[in-house]
Amino acid sequence: MTTIDTAGSTKDATATTGSKGTRMLGAVVAVGFVALAALALFITPPEATQRDAFRLIYIHVPSAIVSLYIAFSITLVGSIMYLWKKSVFWDLMAEASAEIGVIFLGLTLITGMLWGRPTWGTYWIWDPRLTSTAVSFVLYSGYLAVRRLDMDPTVRSKRAAILGIVSFANLIIVRYSVQWWDSLHQGQTFDVADTQMDGIMLFTFVFGVIVMNLFFGWLLIHRFRVAWLEHQIADVGLTEAIEARRREGVS
Amino acid sequence: MLRDAKLIAGKDLRIEMVSKVLTTQVIPFGLLVLILFGFAIDPDLQAVGRGVEGNSRAVLETVAPGLFWMAVLFSSLLAIGRSFAVESVDGNLDALRLAGLEPSGIFLGKAAAVLVQLTVLEVVLGLGALAIYGAPVGHPLLLGVTVVVGTVAIAAAGTLYAALAAGLRVRDTLVPLLLLPVLAPVLLGATIATGAALFGPASDGWPWCAALGAFAVLYVAAGILAFGSLLEDS
Repeated sequence: MTTIDTAGSTKDATATTGSKGTRMLGAVVAVGFVALAALALFITPPEATQRDAFRLIYIHVPSAIVSLYIAFSITLVGSIMYLWKKSVFWDLMAEASAEIGVIFLGLTLITGMLWGRPTWGTYWIWDPRLTSTAVSFVLYSGYLAVRRLDMDPTVRSKRAAILGIVSFANLIIVRYSVQWWDSLHQGQTFDVADTQMDGIMLFTFVFGVIVMNLFFGWLLIHRFRVAWLEHQIADVGLTEAIEARRREGVS
Repeated sequence: MLRDAKLIAGKDLRIEMVSKVLTTQVIPFGLLVLILFGFAIDPDLQAVGRGVEGNSRAVLETVAPGLFWMAVLFSSLLAIGRSFAVESVDGNLDALRLAGLEPSGIFLGKAAAVLVQLTVLEVVLGLGALAIYGAPVGHPLLLGVTVVVGTVAIAAAGTLYAALAAGLRVRDTLVPLLLLPVLAPVLLGATIATGAALFGPASDGWPWCAALGAFAVLYVAAGILAFGSLLEDS
């Protein structure tokens, strides 16, 4: 069977997810991470009360911002646009963004727990931020599960789009309900925000947010292009199958 | 829309009257969960309660509201699964649409039928919980409203998510994964409101009851809006 060869030759034979722009972006991200590591680990001084454990803030908070605020918002927009315009672009964008968002959210949870051990004395506390993040993680894992379902792609995309919208609403509901719930207990939470940051620490923190966002953008472009190629393969496969049937009919 | 909802709800409840899945399977399952919680949590264990005088109370009694709602959640998964299992055979969902029923009516009808079944379940489980966990009822009105509003929330969200997974082979494993995190705020609110209804003061419970109401309204609205496109090509 030579169907795969013909399929490859009709479409772009050198299909790759890299391009000049992404390579440059990738290089910037790589340099950025090296600089971030140098800043976060060596150049910034240890924090007054938390000492070195505080350095986790430079990756923990940026990854939380990327997943909860950026990635899932893109999924929301993609879902709405897909239902509205029925464009494959937005559908794949929503999927790609959610996937990376869940990974970053996992990273947030893990770094948060590692941070909690030295500062709170335990990996987990029933803090509203932790609890709602954990629920959000499961929520979007469910979204990804729907994207993996073995069913008609159009139906799947539509259901996923509805789920993408409802999940975002849930993100907000879970966040607020858990916060309210926690206000009933007397919280022994150490508030990260009340730590005064200035000078080089603040700069490193903002720098971390920027690098992490660029990294997310780089990943998103690649993940989107993979999804796009997969989508095209599915189309090519179908055309091939139809043509094979036709040839059978002629001979 | 309401006429269609009534038709669908009537149909589902008639199916239930004949098949008796609720009374022979779902309710016994819920009671079983209640009893298993009793095994998991030592009934003799004492805890400092959040009660009126702050006196100590058995742990099991203190956590009774949470256990009750957990049992309701688990049992509701069965009831909701059942609600869509009867539709996925022989392309029933397509038949419903061909019959000219409005999707929003189908949603409301299915949710209402689930609501009725869950209410029956909750009365039985509630009596069971009060009996075996030994909790008092301080504010029956708050308890009643909480149960009703919480159940509307569960039924509406459950019907919406079950429709998302309708007709899939992996439905049974997918629905809990999708639905339980969504219902986490309901579990929170209902547990606190029920706790307030049992041990007081009731003023702690009413705001949560209102939050449950908002959640219920939101999901009923979401279901009415989204059901059309969910059923379009199931």
